[in-house]
Formats: sequence, C-alpha cells, structure tokens
Amino acid sequence: MKPIRYGRLAAIVTAGALALSACGNDPVSAGSNDGGNGGASQEQAAVAGEIAGAGASSQEAAMQAWIAGFQSANPDATITYEASGSGAGRTQFGEGAVAFAGSDAVMDDEEQATANERCGGEAIHLPLYISPIAVIYNLDGVEDLQLSPATLAGIFNGKITTWNAPEIAADNPDASLPSGPIRPVNRSDESGTTENFTEYLAAAAGAAWPHEPSGDWPIQGTQSAQGTSGVVQTVEGGQGTIGYADASKAGDLGVAKIKVGENYVEYSAAAAAKVVDESARVEGRPEHDLAIELQRDTTAEGTYPIVLVSYTIVCLNYDDAAQGDVVKAFVGYLASAEGQAQAEQAAGSAPISDALRSEVESALDAISVGS
Amino acid sequence: MTTTGEPATSRSGRQRVPQRPGDLVFSYSAKTAGVLILVILAAVAAFLIVQAWPAIQTDSTELAERVSWLGQGRTLLSYVGPLVFGTVLAALLALIIATPVAIGVALFISHYAPRRLAQVFGYVIDLLAAIPSVVYGLWGALWLMPKLYPVFNWLAENLGFIPIFEGPAASPPRTILTAGIVLAVMILPIITAVSREVFFQTPTLHEEAALALGATRWEMIRMAVLPFARSGVISAAMLGLGRALGETMAVAMVLSPGLTYSFLLLQPGQQQNIAANIALKFPESSGLGVNVLIFTGLVLFLITLVVNMLARWIVSRRAEFSGAN
Repeated sequence: MKPIRYGRLAAIVTAGALALSACGNDPVSAGSNDGGNGGASQEQAAVAGEIAGAGASSQEAAMQAWIAGFQSANPDATITYEASGSGAGRTQFGEGAVAFAGSDAVMDDEEQATANERCGGEAIHLPLYISPIAVIYNLDGVEDLQLSPATLAGIFNGKITTWNAPEIAADNPDASLPSGPIRPVNRSDESGTTENFTEYLAAAAGAAWPHEPSGDWPIQGTQSAQGTSGVVQTVEGGQGTIGYADASKAGDLGVAKIKVGENYVEYSAAAAAKVVDESARVEGRPEHDLAIELQRDTTAEGTYPIVLVSYTIVCLNYDDAAQGDVVKAFVGYLASAEGQAQAEQAAGSAPISDALRSEVESALDAISVGS
Repeated sequence: MTTTGEPATSRSGRQRVPQRPGDLVFSYSAKTAGVLILVILAAVAAFLIVQAWPAIQTDSTELAERVSWLGQGRTLLSYVGPLVFGTVLAALLALIIATPVAIGVALFISHYAPRRLAQVFGYVIDLLAAIPSVVYGLWGALWLMPKLYPVFNWLAENLGFIPIFEGPAASPPRTILTAGIVLAVMILPIITAVSREVFFQTPTLHEEAALALGATRWEMIRMAVLPFARSGVISAAMLGLGRALGETMAVAMVLSPGLTYSFLLLQPGQQQNIAANIALKFPESSGLGVNVLIFTGLVLFLITLVVNMLARWIVSRRAEFSGAN
C-alpha cells in the first residue's frame, strides 16, 4: 500500500507543479492545488460524477470545506449539499433524492426501514462530524469558572440566580465570586446545539434538570438570541451572562470547565473526540453502522461530554456504480485526517480519533458498488 | 391668443386619441399595471390562505404533536395571540416614540430652518430611509444596546413601581423597549418625509393671516399648520406603523423572544413579533410547522390591511376639516 501511495503522491506533486507553472505565479491556485494533492493521496483514484447530499445544517460549514477540498482533488466530481435540516435530509435520503444525508440524530425504525428499502440493503450512520459545545460566560474577575452538571442545570433552569450562590462556590473554592445576578442566554431558534446541550443536562444533571431534551429551549422568559453568533454576542454584551455555543466561536469569552467524574475538564478537541470513543454503539444496528449512544454522564478521565455528533448516512450498496464510487471516495475524504483537519479549520469541529477512522474505513470498504 | 387656442386643439385632439397607437399602448399598459397590483395582492392572499389551510384544519392536539416548537397545550390561536400582541406592542412603542420627534423634525424643516439647511436636512432624513433594516439591527444590537443599559437600569431602579418598568433590567437589554426604539428610528424618516410635505402645503394665506393677527410663530403653527396637516400626519404615522408591524431583521436581532401577553418593557423573553418569529423558526421547520408559520403570516397580512384601512378611514373622516382636498 505504502509504496503505491508514495508513487501516486509523487505523480500528483509533479502534476501540481506542472499546474503551478502553467498558472504562472498565482499563489491562490497554487494553494488550492496543494490542498487537493493531500486529499487525493488518501483516496483510491480521482473520481468523476455528480452526487447530491442534504441534511443537518450543523455540518454546513464543514461540508463546504469538504466539498471544496474534494473537488479540487477530483475536478470532474461535483458534490452539492443542501442544509435543509436533519429531518428533511433523512426524508430525502429515504426517497432516494440524495446519495447521502447529514443528520444530527440516528434514524428511527420507520426511517431506517424506508432507507433500507431505498438502498436495497442497509443504510449506515458514520459519525464524521464532532462539534464541541462550550459553556461561555462573561463575568469580571472570574478567570477559571468550574461547574458541575447539577450546578450548570440549576443556572440554566433559573434555580441558581446569583453568582455567589453556595452551589457555585462549592465548585469554585478558590475563586472570589461577585454577588450579581446570573443571566443565562439560550438560542432562540431551534437548533442541534440546544438539543445536545439539553440532552447533556438531562443525562448528567439528574433531577436538577426536569425538562425533556429538545431543540427548542424549554424555558420561557429568558435572554435568547438567534444563532451561535447571536448567543456569543449577547453573552459579550451583558454582565454576568452565561450561555452555550459552538466551541470554535467562543472567542475571548471565558469558557467554563465541566466536572466529569472527580475532575473539571477544560474543553479540547481531543477530549471531545474521546467521549465518542468512550460511548457505546446503539444496539441492534447492522454491522458497520457506527451510530453511538453518546455517554454524556461519562466519568472517564479527560473526556468532554458536551458535544454535538452529526452523522453521514450512506447506503452499504449503491446500484448506480458511478454514484457509489463518488460517495465512497467523498466519504473517505471526510474521514481522512486531511478532511477532518479541513473541517476543524473551517467549522471548529473536533477531528475523529484514529480508532474511529479505521472503523469508518472498514465500513467504507464494505460498501458494494453496482449490483 | 395662442395660450387659449392650445387647450382647445388638445381637447378636440383628445377625442381622436383612441385611434393613435401610442395612446392605445399607453392606456393599456397603464391599465395592466393597475390590474397587476390587484392580481399580486390577490395572489399573495391566496398563497397565504392555501398554505395556512392545513394548519387551520388540523386538530389542535395533533398539531401540538407534529409541530414540536408549538409548546405544550398551545393551540393555533393561543400561539398566534401572543405574537399579535407582541407585534402590535412593539409597533405602538415605536409610534409613540417616533411620531412626536418626526413632527418636530418636519416642523423644523418646513418652518424654522433656514432654507438651505432645510434642504440638506430633508435630504439627510430621506437617506435614513434608505438604510437596510439589517443594518439597523446590527446598529441596535452592537452600538445602541450598551448605551441603553444604564438608562433602562435607571428606569427599573427609580420608576420600578410602575408595573411596565419592573426590574431588574435585562443585561444586555434585549427587550421590547429596545426593539421599539430601533423601530422608531427606522420609521422616523417616512413619518418625517410625509409630514414635511403636508406642512409645506399649508396655505400661505392662513399662515400670514395668523401672523397678521399678532400670533407668534408657535401660535401660528398651532392655529394654522397643525389643524391643516392633521390628517396628513395621521396617515404618515399609519405608514410608519405599517413598516413597524412588518419589520423582521431588526427585531430578530435585538429582541429575546417570548410568548406572553406581558407589558414588561425591561424584561427579556416576554414578547415576540410575527415577522421575526417566522424568520427565526422557518429555517428548521418542515411540513405542518411551515403551515403554522404561514398562518401567522396571514394574520400579519390581515393586521396590516386593517391598519391601512383604519388610516384611510381616519383621513377621510378628517378630510372635511382639514381643507386638504
């Protein structure tokens, strides 16, 4: 495998150099060629064809970067992705309107049955987008806020209302906490971030969070704003505010450490990817299906449990050989180290671990193309 | 005299007009344009009704089940009710703030400012109307809000005994009062522009008569200008109200939404406006959820119709006093 790869890499570098000299001294085209070379080196061969995907808007930013990276390595391939929402993506996949779907949630039994029928085999979930959610706050004089799940739930549930409440003081024995009011900020639009955050609270905080997990914030009369940027800006604009947002957008705001087991864990990409590895598979799924039951109440050291995992849903069998080849190559690129790095750069996601990557690769090898 | 001769020829010419192709084309294209407006209005209304229909006929328990964000125990009407309330409240706040200022600005331009300055000033005001609403939203969210917080905090601390100013003030002040202030700035240009035109049309004879009777300038404005312009100012305010009712982006950007019938002006998460709610919910909605949103759009459409009809009615009722016609 290795010598072939190097040979191909060399060939592509030569081609890239040729393209470079053809383009004169244009630094932009040189850069995009370089990006493409790395991607092609991970794949079987350049593919050609046109496929469409649809689904989760959480993946949109990463997907744009993936598509750009993949298409520069495979100039004859055209990928489109419509961020129509997870539910719509699964429906379109089941109807056969798209070749792959992005989804923040695992398909339910009915959707799975429709999808299997469409595939003429199994449809599988591949967790290729892990987006950590940070708890951000704006509080003068407090640098390293530490919060246990129950305290976090109490704050967002409106039960803990001042920053010097005994629960917060217990989590932060060394900090001098001000006495001002806590102003929790949530998303005002329906979002996967809210759904995953409330899922975490429901799983980890126990009785302190009495609400059902949902994409809509369950409490009325709160500070809220549209989109991640709206929440970040509201937290920045207020005094004593606390909110949750995609970790990559936290900016200069304080990011709380979350109590996992006995320790307070600071968010990091590795810690976020680790919780996916720690989590068990959803039971009763076909071989190669990597749908996971996120273990949000994990106590394993060094894991950061507040993450959003978004799946890429593909068939294990594509009758249309041209379509299947492109899907296989494209998803292979998504899972590659380079693809994950692209997503990290573009969307601030946490790259998947090598262990997960090898599982995804074996799942991709199992995809049969043409019948 | 040639001047008296010309109208006669053109009058006799008018009878021959239908035979001329240019006139035919013009009269038909003008008619088409007129009819087109009605067709578009009817098409919008038909679209809203057709698209809202599934939400109207679906049984309320089924609706709550299939539209997750509707909230527990909410029917279609109890969902749209607070939205209507929030829409009207935000627009009225804007109107209360903007109208006096707009009248003042318009009077300054028409009766106080030196002519040169008035022209420049009028031009600047018209320019305000050209600013896109998303820019107003950004301005409100990023610039205005930090400046409003101390004011709101003062209101909450000193006037908190009045129920609408009950504290503690929200920080950042993403409340209906902020939305009202941003909307007020947005509707200021249109109210000012229309009022200014009306003030300019006050018969000079009235004004001079008032001055000749010994009235000061303010008394002259009170006696001659304001009564003459009343209906015009009312219709200007109604035009502004129409814009404030339908405003989307600016409200979505400065308001923490909530669905209650609350008059609390300094608390977050109490009210929401229909247009902003649609913008907020639409991206992640599908199926019946979209129908519910379009139903709220239909309600907004009806509210704006009613407001406009009301404005017409007020203007026509006052017409005989104003002498505008």
